Amino acid sequence: MADLLEVTDLHTQFFTRDGVVRAVDGVTFQVAAGETLGIVGESGCGKSVTALSLMRLIPQPPGKIVKGSIMFDGQDILKMDDDEVRGIRGNNIAMIFQDPMTSLNPVLTISRQISEALELHLKMDKSEARKRTIELLELVNIPSAKKRVDDYPHQFSGGMRQRVMIAMALSCNPKLILADEPTTALDVTIQAQILDLLKNLAREFRTAFILITHDLGVVAGMTQRINVMYAGRIVEKADTVELFANPKMPYTWGLLRSIPRLDESRKAKLVPIEGLPPDLIAPPPGCKFEPRCQYRRDVCKEKEPELKHVPGSKSDHEARCWGTQEGGWLVDTDWKREIGDTRLLEAIKQETASVTATPETPGE
Amino acid sequence: MNAARLLRGIHFEKVLKYTIRRLLLMIPTLFFVSLITFGLAKAAPGSPFDKNPDKPARQATIDRWNTYYGLDKPVHEQYILYMTNVLKFDFGISVVRQRPVSDIIGQGFPVTAQLGIQALLLALAVALPLGVISALRQNTIVDYGSLFFATVGTTIPSFVMAIFFIYIFALGLHLFPITGWGTPQHMVMPTVILALGAAAFLARITRASMLEAIRQDYVRTARSKGLREQVVIVGHVLKNAMIPVATVVGPAAAGLITGSFIIETFFSVPGIGREYVRSILALDYPVIMATTLLYAFFIVVANLSVDLVYGMLDPRIKVAK
Amino acid sequence: MATASTTQERSAELNVLVRKQRSLWGDALYRLMRNKAAVGGLIVIAAAFIIAGFAPLFAPYNPIEIPQNPASQMEPLWTGSKYTDPRYLLGTDFLGRDIVSRLMYASRVSMVVGFIPTAIVFGLGVSVGMVAGYFGGWLDQILMRFTDIIYAFPDFLFLLIIVASFRNSPFGKILDGLMLIFVAIAIVGWVGVARLTRGQVLALKEREFVEAARSVGAKPSRIMAKHLLPNALAPLIVTAAFAVPGAILGEATLSFLGVGIIPPTPSWGQMINEGFPLFAANPWAVLLPAICISVVMLAFTFVGDGLRDALDPRMKT
Repeated sequence: MADLLEVTDLHTQFFTRDGVVRAVDGVTFQVAAGETLGIVGESGCGKSVTALSLMRLIPQPPGKIVKGSIMFDGQDILKMDDDEVRGIRGNNIAMIFQDPMTSLNPVLTISRQISEALELHLKMDKSEARKRTIELLELVNIPSAKKRVDDYPHQFSGGMRQRVMIAMALSCNPKLILADEPTTALDVTIQAQILDLLKNLAREFRTAFILITHDLGVVAGMTQRINVMYAGRIVEKADTVELFANPKMPYTWGLLRSIPRLDESRKAKLVPIEGLPPDLIAPPPGCKFEPRCQYRRDVCKEKEPELKHVPGSKSDHEARCWGTQEGGWLVDTDWKREIGDTRLLEAIKQETASVTATPETPGE
Repeated sequence: MNAARLLRGIHFEKVLKYTIRRLLLMIPTLFFVSLITFGLAKAAPGSPFDKNPDKPARQATIDRWNTYYGLDKPVHEQYILYMTNVLKFDFGISVVRQRPVSDIIGQGFPVTAQLGIQALLLALAVALPLGVISALRQNTIVDYGSLFFATVGTTIPSFVMAIFFIYIFALGLHLFPITGWGTPQHMVMPTVILALGAAAFLARITRASMLEAIRQDYVRTARSKGLREQVVIVGHVLKNAMIPVATVVGPAAAGLITGSFIIETFFSVPGIGREYVRSILALDYPVIMATTLLYAFFIVVANLSVDLVYGMLDPRIKVAK
Repeated sequence: MATASTTQERSAELNVLVRKQRSLWGDALYRLMRNKAAVGGLIVIAAAFIIAGFAPLFAPYNPIEIPQNPASQMEPLWTGSKYTDPRYLLGTDFLGRDIVSRLMYASRVSMVVGFIPTAIVFGLGVSVGMVAGYFGGWLDQILMRFTDIIYAFPDFLFLLIIVASFRNSPFGKILDGLMLIFVAIAIVGWVGVARLTRGQVLALKEREFVEAARSVGAKPSRIMAKHLLPNALAPLIVTAAFAVPGAILGEATLSFLGVGIIPPTPSWGQMINEGFPLFAANPWAVLLPAICISVVMLAFTFVGDGLRDALDPRMKT
């Protein structure tokens, strides 16, 4: 069965005075109907731009989708004319944005903002749209929906506003919802509520989701599959469980290592990934992560690895790393031991000390 | 739909209370204004009766005039006398023209009001569309043209513009008379010149405000719902963009009021602005006082109306706190 | 293989952002210099300064003295009218005085009127505003009431009243009326600057670096001078850049209405005032000073806009 969404070799660039920024540099992935895909990465890695490209919301100057295809429900979005794309937006594909305070129009009532899409796409008249709007607000658990439907955004709290955004996205029963950092601007307790809401909605309406975030904790409980992005490319693709249990790319190891854990010893240090993301205008020729990678070798500087299936993992698990690919020097590396699980490391040290042999130093 | 929502948001009683409160607050301000004006006018050396340097008046004559006008009394008495009269709406008699000040104002005010209103309407009619279009068509000819217009209009003083206009249109093309008032032809140049400064200023603000509004996140949200660009601009952006513009219309109108006296002097338009300048030069105290208070009053009203309009447009602002 | 020097190399490698970093002021200057209009404006202003400063050297004739056999109301040479005199490049005014010389000497008035009152306004306004904002209390309250009253007065009206009231007094005759104009502009202008400074100080005073300075025992005067002032500087600079042409304009308008500079000293507004009755017959006597005012005002506006763009941290190059 064909996937709902098939993105092939997408390239989105921004033409600035300082040069061409290759924000999305060859991205290929699929989303099946009803599936939740997570896209994870640092700020500036291209995940948001990917989502905006799917809806063709990239501002035309200075941005441009220069290459690739986006097959949605069998049709290439990039080949559609403006009217067709507008027909899809809010209707078949909807988006939830990061900051609900600024993403809602402060001078329009939420009733108007939600009804707009209903009137436009589902051709409802005002009273039908209003009824449906109230239903949607109740669906996302906004109390006293009937009374509050004519309120303005500033009269809601942050969490409520995000629910309004979700209601807006759901309004026309889209097949795919793009959620760009939906909880980043919210308190931690509200985050949990919103994520629960999204999960329930996904299940109930069989909507496909693409969940974009920099927070691995968010994707862990929410997604079936994860793409890890870096410098405009996907550097690892796997099932969620597989990714957390058996990651095969040093960048992913770094991400996992840098999450603080409640069960760590107090003396354990947080180990960040050193360095800064690369310049997207003049990126280095080889692997984009190479300057920050502690496992790099000369080949990493010369040539960029391809995204390929890696040995020792499930069949659909791919990574972009010379070290972990067939014949690479990291194939047998146990990342937990290598990078950060200090209790394990302590245990190993004690083990080896008792045999009075020098502990292995991690490779450079 | 919009009118009903607007009216619903108004809560007439609250607005009325707010307005009354602001008007009452205006009184101490006007009081100080009158005090300062009076003090300055009185501190000026020279007498309104002694204006002709070739034929200096005899002291006895001056004394008689002073007594007649009550100018020989102590200064604070003069002030109190004047202010009590003001409260009775008696603004005294012009020292120079020997007519009741209310007459003079009554004659000049309609002219100035007409000039001001015409200029304001013209300015709005030109500036708002220009600002909006130039923001939407950035870096095109329209945009550069309107930026040029805005820069020139806000930089070059009105009387200088008037000079250029007169040279081209009156002297060169003989389209309009230079001075006077009465026929539509007479009205064109003063209105246009007066409107120019305000239009340039408003166009600039409108453009900047539109550009700012278009960059906002909610515009992206609106587009993501599949709305046509036109609907996004008109339905979502415009209302937000007009809020800062509405707040400057008040000061712009006040600027028109005060700019009018230069234009009136220049074009010999018989309004109160021209009277005002004359009265200042001639030290005609009653006229100076009355006109200054009138101007100050209008400025306060202009600012008040701005706050009210702002409260109507932006639902985040509660007018009466 | 991991040696000490490699850490440095590694840090260098890790900093893959290679774009140059500039200091804040250096960055502002760079941006300003890239703004062609602003640079053009600076050149014009510099030229005006030179002409004003060396007017006695440049001017071909005496601007005030009425010649013996005046050739009055001559047109500029390039108009080709029959009323030209080869001695006078831009013609003469109604008394036969050379316009070129008068324009040059008039530029002195404009330059001086632009900068001196502005300096006073800022010196006074910034000091008062800073003290009021920092210490608050009754001083602040008085200042606010004061500014409210002044705000009810349109700037120019106030200026007009002050100047008209005192121009017949001995004080008003100093420097041909220039002193009175300075003082009037200063009185009207300082309040706005004080209010602006106060606003800035109020915003900055709650920031952590002020708290830090206070906690190490810095005296208020030191805090104001070394911490508050530099951070408040940017909008003040822009305001100053626009205050200068405002002052020039004020003087020009006053002179145009007849209450400014006392003749025969020339100022551009003055020349317009004198030439206006004869506009139809001798238009260039009015047009030329009008053009001078326009050019100078535009120059200052471009520079002011350029400064504002250069100092705005949100602008991208």
